Amino acid sequence: MNDNNANSKQESHVLSVLVNDHPGLLYKVSGLFSRRGFNIESLTVGPCEIPERSRMTIVVSGDEATVDQVMRQLDKLIDVVEIERLPRDYDVERELILAKVGCTSQTRAELLQIAEIFRASIIDVSHTALTLELTGQQDKLTAFVNMLEPFGIIRIVRTGLIALERS
Amino acid sequence: MNITGAQAMTEALRRHGVETVFGYPGAAICPFYDSLLDSDIHHVLVRNEQGAAHAANGYARAGKRTGVCIATSGPGATNLITGIATAYMDSVPLVVITGQVSRDLIGSDSFQEADTTGATTPFTKHNYLVSRAVDLPRIFAEAFYLAASGRPGPVLIDVPVDVQTDVFDNYEPAQPELPGYNPPSDPDREQLEGMLSLLSGAKAPIICAGGGIISSNSSKLLRTIAENWHIPVVTTMMGIGVLPWDHELNLGTLGSHGVYAANYALHHADLIILMGARVGNRAMGSASEIANRAAVVHIDIDPAEIGKNIKPHLPIQADIRLVLEEMSKETVPSHDVRRDWLQTCSDLKAKHDFKSFKYENSETIDPPSLLHKLGQMAGPEAIITTEVGQNQIWAANHYPLVKAGAFITSGGMGTMGFGLPASVGAQSAKPDSTVIAISGDGSLQMSLQELGTIKQEKLPIKLVLLNNSRLGMVHEIQSLKYQKRYSQVFLEENPDFGLIAGAYGFGYEKINSNDQIEHAVRRLLSSDGPSLLECIVDPHEPTLYHASRRKSQ
Repeated sequence: MNDNNANSKQESHVLSVLVNDHPGLLYKVSGLFSRRGFNIESLTVGPCEIPERSRMTIVVSGDEATVDQVMRQLDKLIDVVEIERLPRDYDVERELILAKVGCTSQTRAELLQIAEIFRASIIDVSHTALTLELTGQQDKLTAFVNMLEPFGIIRIVRTGLIALERS
Repeated sequence: MNITGAQAMTEALRRHGVETVFGYPGAAICPFYDSLLDSDIHHVLVRNEQGAAHAANGYARAGKRTGVCIATSGPGATNLITGIATAYMDSVPLVVITGQVSRDLIGSDSFQEADTTGATTPFTKHNYLVSRAVDLPRIFAEAFYLAASGRPGPVLIDVPVDVQTDVFDNYEPAQPELPGYNPPSDPDREQLEGMLSLLSGAKAPIICAGGGIISSNSSKLLRTIAENWHIPVVTTMMGIGVLPWDHELNLGTLGSHGVYAANYALHHADLIILMGARVGNRAMGSASEIANRAAVVHIDIDPAEIGKNIKPHLPIQADIRLVLEEMSKETVPSHDVRRDWLQTCSDLKAKHDFKSFKYENSETIDPPSLLHKLGQMAGPEAIITTEVGQNQIWAANHYPLVKAGAFITSGGMGTMGFGLPASVGAQSAKPDSTVIAISGDGSLQMSLQELGTIKQEKLPIKLVLLNNSRLGMVHEIQSLKYQKRYSQVFLEENPDFGLIAGAYGFGYEKINSNDQIEHAVRRLLSSDGPSLLECIVDPHEPTLYHASRRKSQ
């Protein structure tokens, strides 16, 4: 945008995009974002309830005009069948995180306690590390990671946000 | 009846009414070239694949139909890309067919392999890598529909060589299956009412017409609307020709290389109606400033264009032709409120009109005088193509164009080497029209090899070369913005264009004095075959003229 207002609000927007499950589709979508200079926070894609279609959840940051332009440009892709912008106060959002955290016999109990508080599952354990799994809203995951940090995080992987509008 | 993939491709072209294609063969597209031999489709053999895409572009625009070009895999396809990007920027409908290595070799960096769909994704409206021969009828149906409908553009079909040789049962005509593609057509009544009410109150409205008016064949409608509603018209580079050059409401081309009256009107209007124009930065540098001062209505068939470069007060996502048709049914209010505005515009147009044509003895040719005379003598039906650089700007501002669609130029991409191959396409589409390729010495040499195509096709193209022995536009930029520090713009060792003309069977004449223009142009236009008129131009002749060169007395 040429006429971006200096004080326009940069926010995260969640787009739910139904696409044809064609080869090269992911490239067409991601290429569009880099080519047009749009900021992508996360993009997830997987099969959905319709055969040969996939549903993407794309989190975009930018002001209103930018997200509007993102939606219009996405809509131009022939393999994009439908785009919905999810209202963030009326959708269900989830993300999954796997975190491998260093531990010793002294710190293991404390880590397990934190896991219990967050209702995270322990999916792997060894003498030197614990791997935890947690699903939830993004702010919960962020709080969880903050709590793990002092123990020494070895690896973290997050799926990116998936979301649906409430019925 | 069994049919091969290659035969299905040829059959698809026939069913879509294709008569002429432009291309260059190679190993991975050989089965298709073999099947072309059994059809009535005329194939124009270019000298570089880029020329095939430009020729298809010229063909599409002069013939008002979808252009088709063909190349082989790897370098054939990558050579096409500049031409595809040029067509994409100017919304020209093309179906581009490329060969690909066989399916089992894809991804192994095999000989002449390139990721053609990957490489062309940013420059195509859509593209396909065909994985089964049986899909070809549907894919071709979709490609032709996508290329020409909505906002037109190039669609590429990449066909592995073994898909071309695969056999399937029968050619079943297929319908496009495109649930994700719904181009807007009818204007929303509420939006239309909004525009009409803005228009009836506007004291100083203008229409800014772009290429959408030409591609939707709406120039006659636009003219009626402009005349009935008393609205001056400015055009973008792609909109040149929507009104005849000397029409009283045509204020000319806007933008950095446009004319004074058009830019003045843009900056003083209280209502700007953008019609099929995407207002790129060359046309409207200060879009947000303009939108702050005037009400902007943006009509475009591509919703993504609305709000991209300028924030409109009223968006209308629709086929411009349908909007104009709706407008023509409305009763026209009195235009008393805009009498002053119309007077101002017509005074400005008259005052800044370029009238100082020169036809007396001189040392070099004056490009505006040459182009003015050329247009007068070639008549309203002549089609002109331009290259990019000074020749394009001189032609845009001084060639007296009468008909919409007769000005074929690379507007958005600004591709040098476009005009000569585009003239091949234009002449192929309109064999009986006069086709004039206007060129500079720099850009001519970017597609010089296409003279061979013209020779082989026996096309009577009239090539006008404005030779100033340099890359004039860059020279002008370096003169104005880089303290005359000229870097890599001199072409002192240009070839002898007379010898080149002779080698390719062109007639040839060279002039360097304005008093020679009339006779030389007459001989050029009356020559039977292709002919080159080389015009020696003062190297310091600018495109941005000072007021002193304009009519001020």
